Amino acid sequence: MKISVIITLKKDVLDPQGKVIQQTLDGMGFNNINEVRQGKYFEIDTKENDNNKAKEKVEEMCKKLLANLVIENYKIIDAQ
Amino acid sequence: MKSSVITFPGSNCDRDIDVALRKFGFKNKMVWHNDAEIPNSDLVVLPGGFSYGDYLRCGSMASKSKIMKSVINFANSGGMVIGICNGFQILVETGLVPGVLLRNKYLEFICKNVFVKINNKTNIFFKNIDKEVLEFHIAHNEGNYFCTEDQLKEIEDNEQVAINYCDKNGKTEEKFNPNGSLKNIAGVFNKGKNVLGMMPHPERMIDLSLSGEDGSLFFNNLINNLK
Repeated sequence: MKISVIITLKKDVLDPQGKVIQQTLDGMGFNNINEVRQGKYFEIDTKENDNNKAKEKVEEMCKKLLANLVIENYKIIDAQ
Repeated sequence: MKSSVITFPGSNCDRDIDVALRKFGFKNKMVWHNDAEIPNSDLVVLPGGFSYGDYLRCGSMASKSKIMKSVINFANSGGMVIGICNGFQILVETGLVPGVLLRNKYLEFICKNVFVKINNKTNIFFKNIDKEVLEFHIAHNEGNYFCTEDQLKEIEDNEQVAINYCDKNGKTEEKFNPNGSLKNIAGVFNKGKNVLGMMPHPERMIDLSLSGEDGSLFFNNLINNLK
């Protein structure tokens, strides 16, 4: 079972990379962007077959390693 | 005095700190990250470098390595720990010191000498140093200190801010902030002030031919405070 996780920076954390990407896009002519925030995406292929149990484990992984909760939020996307 | 320096895959300042500790009288041992226990030590140092290639977040992988359980126990029972540069990043990832280290504000790797102001001397690391401002070296890409408002209030109330970036006269203005760190913070303590995390490298300033001697002052003072 594959579970996906998206990690994003919290709203009030500075994202200089996102800002530079936005400026570059702006320079390329994509000039109606309010903001770009860069994040991380993980695909976790787990041996667990129970959807809820798998999500619970992935949540634990997010809290313990994948995200730093001082600056980041995580979002678990349903199993496929 | 006995010290231990932990080497992680990708550490590259481990031998520099070994040289510095020995020079000022520590009996130092190098300890591999995959060992289970740190040897009997008065001081443990997490060195600079790029542990685990900075994968995921700087210091995040190293913070979960085998030896770190022993280092965390040592710190929690009052043992003295210093994390320098990547070592500081490892300390924040373990939660031993508060906050995080983000990418530098202007997205540059910064490698230069800086001045830092000693914020308080009521701790074993800086007690008895007869200077207010020290010249150290920084070399990092992720040294932009950040913490939540609640954490900031807590570390300020507990006097956990160890050093701040400043000019040679000790002025801690934004223009002397090399990397965007919150309130020019260059180093913080844990609550018990037995754990110090800092971005600057004192081990690079132990010889006049290596551009300065304020690191000598730091290590000399440290071993005297420990005796």
